[in-house]
Amino acid sequence: MNIRFDKLGVVIAAIAAYAAFLAPFATFRANRIVPGQARSILEALPATTGTLLVAIIVVAALVALFRTPLVLRLAASVVALVALALLVGAAGTFLTPTGNTFARVSPASGFWILIFAFTLLLADVLTRLSLSPFARVGVLVAAAVAIGLLLVSGAWNDLSILKEYANRADSFWAEGSKHVTLALGSLAAAVIVGLPLGILCHRVERLRAGVLNVLNIIQTIPSIALFGLLIAPLGWVASHVPGAAALGIRGIGTAPAFVALFLYSLLPVVANTVVGLAGVPRAANDAARGMGMTDRQRLFGVEFPLAFPVILTGIRIVLVQNIGLATIAALIGGGGFGVFVFQGVGQTAMDLVLLGAVPTVALAFAAAIILDAVIEMTATKRRVETA
Amino acid sequence: MIEIEGITKRYDAAAVVDNVSMVIEPRTVCVIVGTSGSGKTTLLRMINRLVEPTSGIIKLDGADNRSVPGYELRRSIGYAIQGHGLFPHRTVAQNIATVPVLLGWDKDRINARVDELMTLYQLDPQAYGPRYPHELSGGQQQRVGVARALAAEPNVLLMDEPFGALDPIIRTKAQEDLLAIQKRFGTTIILVTHDMEEAVHMGDKIAVMDAGKLVQYAEPAEILANPASSFVETLVGASERPFRLLSLGRVRDAVENGTAEGDALPGDASQRDALAELLWSGRPALPVKGADGRPLGRVTVDGLVKRAARPA
Repeated sequence: MNIRFDKLGVVIAAIAAYAAFLAPFATFRANRIVPGQARSILEALPATTGTLLVAIIVVAALVALFRTPLVLRLAASVVALVALALLVGAAGTFLTPTGNTFARVSPASGFWILIFAFTLLLADVLTRLSLSPFARVGVLVAAAVAIGLLLVSGAWNDLSILKEYANRADSFWAEGSKHVTLALGSLAAAVIVGLPLGILCHRVERLRAGVLNVLNIIQTIPSIALFGLLIAPLGWVASHVPGAAALGIRGIGTAPAFVALFLYSLLPVVANTVVGLAGVPRAANDAARGMGMTDRQRLFGVEFPLAFPVILTGIRIVLVQNIGLATIAALIGGGGFGVFVFQGVGQTAMDLVLLGAVPTVALAFAAAIILDAVIEMTATKRRVETA
Repeated sequence: MIEIEGITKRYDAAAVVDNVSMVIEPRTVCVIVGTSGSGKTTLLRMINRLVEPTSGIIKLDGADNRSVPGYELRRSIGYAIQGHGLFPHRTVAQNIATVPVLLGWDKDRINARVDELMTLYQLDPQAYGPRYPHELSGGQQQRVGVARALAAEPNVLLMDEPFGALDPIIRTKAQEDLLAIQKRFGTTIILVTHDMEEAVHMGDKIAVMDAGKLVQYAEPAEILANPASSFVETLVGASERPFRLLSLGRVRDAVENGTAEGDALPGDASQRDALAELLWSGRPALPVKGADGRPLGRVTVDGLVKRAARPA
C-alpha cells in the first residue's frame, strides 16, 4: 500500500508531538501571584486518564500526518479538542489539594499548543469541506454551545481563570455588556454618520479627498493620545453645555472612549462606501437614469444594493477592530473587558489578564465569522459581473 | 415626430453639438453615424434630457421635451445602450419590469408584459425570467436590454451602439430582430453607431455627424450616391460603395424574366448577397423563388452590376 503524508499534517503532528511530550500541560502555583511549577500530561492527570489523553493525541496526530479521509480527520480533530477541553478541567481538580482555596492551576503552553494544533486541523478540514456560509455559522454556534455547556457544568471550575471569574462574576458581566455596548454603539454611530458621508463624498468629488484625508489622519493617532486629546474638549462640553454632564459626558470615562472608537470607525465605513459606490457598473447607472429613475430611486434601487457587499466588508473591519480597541477604554475609566486586563497587569496575575483577554478574542472571532458569512451570502446573491 | 431645432451643447467653450436641426418622422428608423467625438451620443442623450442642451429646442409630437420633469420624460422613452446596462442584482424579469414598476403598473399587467416581451425575444419566461443577467450569453443579455427598453410600450426608442459588444453573427441576427419588432410596434427608433454598414442596413434615414455638426441627413441611397462632403465619402468607404448600394435592394426587385440552373435564391435576400452567391458559384445567373417557393424568374450578374453603378 502506498502511504502518503499530508503536507499540513506533518506540521500538525510535529507540533502536537512537541506539545504532548516536551511542553508542560498545566502549571501549578501555591497562590495566584507566585511563579508556577510545570506539570506534564502524565503528572497532571490520574494515571488512566493521562494515558488515555496521550493515546488520543497520538492517534489524532497520526490521522493528521497521513492522507486520510476528511470524515476521519474531522472526527480526530473534534475528539482531540473535546478530550483536551474536558481533561484540562480534570487536571485542575486533580492538582488542587483538597480544601485549598489559594492554590491555582492553569493550562500551560503544552495545552495551548495542542489546542492550536487540532484547531488548525479542524479549520483545514472545514475549509476543504467548503462549507456554505450557513453551515459555518452553524459550526460556530455548536462550538459556542459546547463551551457554554462546559462552563455551566462546572468541569472547569478548578481552573485558575474560572476562580478569578468566581471572585468577579458580577463585574464580569457588567464590564462585558459595557464592552459590547461600546463596540456596537460606536459602530452604529459610525454607520449612521459614515454612510451618508460616504454617499456625499461619492457624489461631490471635491469633498472626497479632503474628508478621506482627515479620516486617515485620525486613524494614525495612537488611541491613548486620542483619549488625551479628547479630555479637554469633552470636559469643556460637560461643564458648559447644559444637560451634557447628566448624560454622562465627561473628560474621562465612557464618553471619550465612545467618541474615540467612533472616530476610528469612520474611515473604514466612509472609504468602503465610496469604493463600493464607485464600483457600480457605469452602464447600470446610465441605464437607470436613462429609464427614468430619480436620484433617490437610483441610490436605493441600484447603487446601494450593488455596493452593499463592499460596505459590509467595511462594517466587518470596524466591528472586529472595535471589539479589540474597546479594551483600551478601561485606561480612562470607560469600562469593558480591559478592566480585568489592566488589573491583572497591575497585580502580575496572568489569570486575571486572561479573564479579560479570552472573551475579547472570542467575541472578535465570532463577529468575524458571522459577518464573513453574511458578506458571502449577500455577494453570491448579488454577484456583480466582471465585464 | 421628433423635431430638433438649432440644438447646441457646449462644455466650457467647446461645442460638442453645434446648432443641429433635423426632423425624424414617426415610425421610422433614424441612424446617427459619426466617428467618436462627433457628438452623436450627446445629441441622442439630449432627446431624453440625460444631457441638457445649452440652447435650442427638441419637440416630441409637438411638445417641448422640457415641459415635464426629466425622469418622467425618460420613462416615456425607451433607452438601450452598449453593454446593455442590465442591473446585475435583479433577475431578467425584474430588469424588464423596471419602467412599468416605476410607472406603477399593476402586477398582472407587468407580468403579462414581461412574458410577452420574453416570448417575443425567444426567451422562455419560465426558464429565463428568474435568472440573473450574468447567467445569460452576450446575445441574450442584449435582447433583454432591448426588451427592457420596450417594456412600457414607448413610441420612441433611443439606442446607443446597442450591438457594439456583439460578435458579427449575433449582431446580424439582433439587427434583423430589431427591424422586425420596429415594424410590429411601429416604434420610432433613433440609433447611434459608428458603423456605416449598420447605418445603411438599419436606417430609413441616416444623419452623419462630424465635429458636432450635422453634415448630411438623407436616405441611405442618397448618402451613398451623393455624399455631401469628403468626410461623408470617407465614412461611406469608396471601395464599399457599390456593395452597400446593392445591400439596400432586395433580389425580388432585380428579377429578370427567364430561367437559370442552380439552387434558387429567396426573393427577400439582399441583392448584395445574391451577387456574392453568383460570383462564388461561378454562374452568370441563378433562379429566384418567392416566399411560397414559387419561381419568380432569375437574377443575373450583368443585371446586378448595372444596379451597383452610381445612380444618375
